[in-house]
Amino acid sequence: MIESSLKKMAAALAAKQISSVELTQLYLDRIAAHNPEINAYITVDADKSLAQARAADARLAKGDFSPLTGIPIAQKDIFCAQGWRTTCGSKMLDNFVSPYDATVIERFNAAGAINLGKTNMDEFAMGSSNETSYYGGVKNPWDRNRVPGGSSGGSAAAVAARLAPAATGTDTGGSIRQPAALCNLTGLKPTYGVVSRYGMIAFASSLDQGGPMARSAEDCALLLNTMAGFDPRDSTSLDRPAEDYARDLDKPLAGLRIGLPKEFFGDGCEPGVMAAVQAAIAEYKKLGAETVDISLPNSHLSVPAYYVIAPAEASSNLSRFDGVRYGYRAPDYSDLNDMYSKTRAQGFGAEVKRRILIGTYVLSHGYYDAYYLQAQRIRRMIADDFVAAFRQCDVILSPTSPCTAFKTGEKAADPVQMYLSDIYTIAVNLAGLPGMSIPCGFADSLPVGLQLIGNYFDEARLLNVAHRYQQATDWHRRAPQL
Amino acid sequence: MSLSLEQVHRIAHLARIAVSDAEAQSTLGQLNDILGLIEQMQAVDTAGVEPMAHAQDLSQRLRDDAVSEADRRADYQAISPDVEAGLFLVPKVIE
Repeated sequence: MIESSLKKMAAALAAKQISSVELTQLYLDRIAAHNPEINAYITVDADKSLAQARAADARLAKGDFSPLTGIPIAQKDIFCAQGWRTTCGSKMLDNFVSPYDATVIERFNAAGAINLGKTNMDEFAMGSSNETSYYGGVKNPWDRNRVPGGSSGGSAAAVAARLAPAATGTDTGGSIRQPAALCNLTGLKPTYGVVSRYGMIAFASSLDQGGPMARSAEDCALLLNTMAGFDPRDSTSLDRPAEDYARDLDKPLAGLRIGLPKEFFGDGCEPGVMAAVQAAIAEYKKLGAETVDISLPNSHLSVPAYYVIAPAEASSNLSRFDGVRYGYRAPDYSDLNDMYSKTRAQGFGAEVKRRILIGTYVLSHGYYDAYYLQAQRIRRMIADDFVAAFRQCDVILSPTSPCTAFKTGEKAADPVQMYLSDIYTIAVNLAGLPGMSIPCGFADSLPVGLQLIGNYFDEARLLNVAHRYQQATDWHRRAPQL
Repeated sequence: MSLSLEQVHRIAHLARIAVSDAEAQSTLGQLNDILGLIEQMQAVDTAGVEPMAHAQDLSQRLRDDAVSEADRRADYQAISPDVEAGLFLVPKVIE
């Protein structure tokens, strides 16, 4: 059952071949056996999950169900879930039991999905290796000496190790796609504004977007159908007609124009990663697609612009953690300022503090124009490059990450090296475009991810392009030995 | 452009994060590495380019001026570090 697609799981549930309680228990048992080593979950609450499973079984018995009813889903611990501890990977929220549901959680609950637990992540989603979590790093199930990527590293490791059939992630600069690449998963970051950010703890509000992480494009389409939709409680949610993201999965790829940005095929990418990506391009040609050479001339500026914009927004968003209304408060202090300063010094980890300091600096008097406005102008240039590129092609293809999973500790001491792990993914967030990562092979026994970037609101086409490749290859079906 | 130790203390104060001299010293190098990365932007000619604050060029949506949330003050205060009589407590600010 654990290798079945979500569609097959749903069919088995509908046919009463297995109950949701049995399916949920199967995963809870796997979590109990393997999570102590993998550390993919921060919080598991079997009683809560099984109560939801019983309710799902009642719905299934009555014939009142949707495609996800009874299916357990791991939730990144950035999504507030009522009655569940929601930590965002931080000591600051170690004691925070959310009094409300994020819209994404609410939508899964309404669909009858089971919350299987809250997954580990880089603290406040700031990291590319899951090493900044207050709850310790996550081990990559493909090689336990290596990182799973980040920030959605717990979700990636959970699905890769089959400790969940599917999971949610969030992506501010690559946090769905890069861990999906490093753990051999399919992950999708939708167009900005498609998935509600309400109750999704904010990092950089103009870039943050939630999305699915699963074992296939078909599963991702099913999950996105539940996650996406207008939400009046998110002021940047887009009011668009609902769509079936699975509608085009089987469309033939004949005539598809795949853009290959020359800037993403130069130096700086591991040869094993590039070889797998080139093989994928050859496969796409066999499927009838043609390739077009394109250029994203300002893409080398995406990492610098991102490390102004994201910290600036983070420094503002994270000012809410002050020890007054919820979360951690320092035990000893002399006055109000001392309380704030000690609470934040003790509650935040080193990477979060670095980003708050950078953000505070670039927004401070005398530096705002030189850094923040300059970064926003460059952001426009990067977005315009994509607009021009999509006049020549239908989708853009590149490696997801310049390297396979790196060793734990390898980049932890050098923030700039860590930031460059996201060199191919960040521009997509700055532009607000949808992007995916799909498995496309192995280099030295480690998974390689292929990035597909779509035009605005072209998720259905991206899923189609990913699905057809997955019908012709079996990389996405490979699972690590536990 | 690189930061001095004094500037790190000043920024940390603005951000309300207590830092010891030793922490400020060890952070200084990493912050300057990050600023070095950011510095590449300064050479770019962006004259006439409109700053892009957001992925979608939309204006803020307005909602009806009507009560939309239930009163859940007790639930929200139950998770506070310190409350009394419906109020969040902080150290005395005004003598």
